[in-house]
Amino acid sequence: MKSLEELQKIKERALQRRKLSGEGSRARVVVAMGTCGIAAGARDTMTAILSELESRSITDVVVTQTGCIGLCEFEPIVQIQVGESDMVTYGKIDVGRVPELIDGHVVGGVPVAKWQVRK
Amino acid sequence: MAYRAHVIISGDPQQAQPVTVALLDEIGLLGLSNEIEVLAATDLTVATPSIEAIVYPDGVHYRDLTPDNARLVATEHLLKGRPVQNLMVQEQAVEPLDEPSTKEVRVVLRNVGVINPESIDDYIAQDGYAALGKVLTEMTPDGVLAELKTSALRGRGGAGFPAWMKWTFARNAPGDQKYVVCNGDEGDPGAFMNRRVLEGDPHSVLEGMAIAAYVIGATQGYLYVRAEYPIAIRTLRVAIEQAREYGLLGKDIFGTGFCFDLEVRMGAGAFVCGEETALMESVQGNRGQPRTRPPFPATSGLWGKPTNINNVETYANVPQILLNGGAWFAAMGTEKSKGTKTFAIAGKVKRTGLIEVPLGITVREIVYDVGGGVLNDKAFKAVQTGGPLGGCIPEKHLDMPVDYESLASVGSAMGSGGFIVMDEETCMVDMARFFMEFAQEESCGKCVPCRVGTRKMLDILEAICAGKGKPGDIEALETLGRSVKIGSLCGLGQGAPNPVLSMIENFREEYEAHIYDKRCPAKVCRALIEYKIDPETCIGCTRCARNCPVNAITGIARQPHVIDPEICIRCGICAQVCPVNAVSVE
Ligand SMILES: Cc1cc2nc3c(=O)[nH]c(=O)nc-3n(C[C@H](O)[C@H](O)[C@H](O)COP(=O)(O)O)c2cc1C
Repeated sequence: MKSLEELQKIKERALQRRKLSGEGSRARVVVAMGTCGIAAGARDTMTAILSELESRSITDVVVTQTGCIGLCEFEPIVQIQVGESDMVTYGKIDVGRVPELIDGHVVGGVPVAKWQVRK
Repeated sequence: MAYRAHVIISGDPQQAQPVTVALLDEIGLLGLSNEIEVLAATDLTVATPSIEAIVYPDGVHYRDLTPDNARLVATEHLLKGRPVQNLMVQEQAVEPLDEPSTKEVRVVLRNVGVINPESIDDYIAQDGYAALGKVLTEMTPDGVLAELKTSALRGRGGAGFPAWMKWTFARNAPGDQKYVVCNGDEGDPGAFMNRRVLEGDPHSVLEGMAIAAYVIGATQGYLYVRAEYPIAIRTLRVAIEQAREYGLLGKDIFGTGFCFDLEVRMGAGAFVCGEETALMESVQGNRGQPRTRPPFPATSGLWGKPTNINNVETYANVPQILLNGGAWFAAMGTEKSKGTKTFAIAGKVKRTGLIEVPLGITVREIVYDVGGGVLNDKAFKAVQTGGPLGGCIPEKHLDMPVDYESLASVGSAMGSGGFIVMDEETCMVDMARFFMEFAQEESCGKCVPCRVGTRKMLDILEAICAGKGKPGDIEALETLGRSVKIGSLCGLGQGAPNPVLSMIENFREEYEAHIYDKRCPAKVCRALIEYKIDPETCIGCTRCARNCPVNAITGIARQPHVIDPEICIRCGICAQVCPVNAVSVE
């Protein structure tokens, strides 16, 4: 890092990449992977999401992670954003719930209301 | 044999057989045979042909069991404690939450749970490292100190010492080599404020440390993090690597000639190693024991060189203060306590967890507005702040503002942000015993008053809880407490008597009830209570008898059951599993 301009360029690039359209992706799936999430099984959930997407040959979905969002009792927590719509937060997404969640929200585009943490 | 859980399997015997065999096999493989008992029962739900099971004491009801998913129940639920949602008869519903309390603000936690902690780009997108860039290219060290002074930021790890002052001492201390250290030991039981920042927004801490290094003239920093935080340590290492790649750590940062690098050091889980001088001994590879102060770390710290040490949260505040200005920060809080503070709310409160609130908020607002009130709407009794070295705040101070001075004025402390809510069912003798046991175990032994005094105080508290308290015990605790406080070098000994002293001050009558009436008003101390089954209410379902780990309960099916007080160990499992609330405590 040699100058403020260089930092500014990285910032702009990162902001651009945050927009889904910037990467040509249809959706973003975020798994909370703080200690609380991992203790509740977030690693298994993450693996299940990746293999679920792979088995459906879906490649235009960004899967990433974040820290504790502050709702530890609902872990494992998964957040899904499709297109430009708002991010939806889901609670207690264990391995068994992954297929239905991906099918409903990522593929079908309709949030799975019964597991939503916030209205 | 005391089992910690029972699994009752039901369904068509022929079909249930392979499920039971698989479950028993898996339990054996997991080494849980001595802890979990599997029982065969009659039909739970006659209508369905499915093989079902109920796990006690949790009461989780599974359906459609096969040998394979029975193994899953063993590994997930019985071993790891995570009920398998999609096999449960009634999936645990996710009850949607309301919006977060408007009393919460996010300064320290603004990026946590928002960005990907393993992506430096994500942090930079949130104006990350812009403060460091501004400081290095536009500000003098004195300019930074002036801004920090305006902000009035105080240390978030314990004593609340003004950050600008500490940094000034280290800046003015003569020395060829200086260091910055971040205290991420977080030893308070139940506290995880720092862990959440380190795991969720590691770069904010690195940036704060780099700014401190620039101000005091350090080139090397150490992050001291307890080994019990493996994810935090991994995340920090990834963050340091990424910052190095971008040249935000290393040589000639922002082309200004400023050089700074960082290393993570792991603590081995000793509470005393959170004390700043013991921490430095530990970083140097020595036994973690406090040094005599003065000299303070600012003049003689790591390897005898001038060193600045701050808490994780203190550093995490710094970049934003410099980006938004000290006045912005000082607009939050009270006259002497500015900004926000994170607290780990635990105990008898509806919403436990981690919060960030502006300082000056009242105890009542934290408990009732942010925490949602006392669990099961029981009566509020007190809250313990400052962890094992702090004190309790009784109900009469519910409307007291939470700031450094107010907490100290009632014999408690801010500490690092522990906030344990206690209700009418919390025993203040038992609570004091718990904290004293912690302090006694964690005393490093260097100072005799701390090493021996905490043991003596614990002996007395244990005796009182066991119904063996004597007249004079309360006075002995007070005298010993005062001696331990004045006779110890570091904050551990100086603070260890605080919980018991403040509890005696506020709840003396509870101590007297234990000693003179052999009564535990909160019905917690096992030697002073008895579990009873009300014969009128008992339906004779046998559940309590089957779950009693010591077989103290007898009775015939459909007839009232009886507990033998001689055998009973007062574990309370019978009360937990009773479907008709026939078990009471006296
Ligand atoms: C027994 C004991 C344990 C401590 N544990 C911690 C700790 O885990 N984290 C921490 O930041 N400070 C802890 N402290 C306080 C530190 O000694 C020191 O005051 C603090 O790191 C200074 O940082 P600050 O000015 O940013 O608060 C502890 C103090 C004592 C006496």
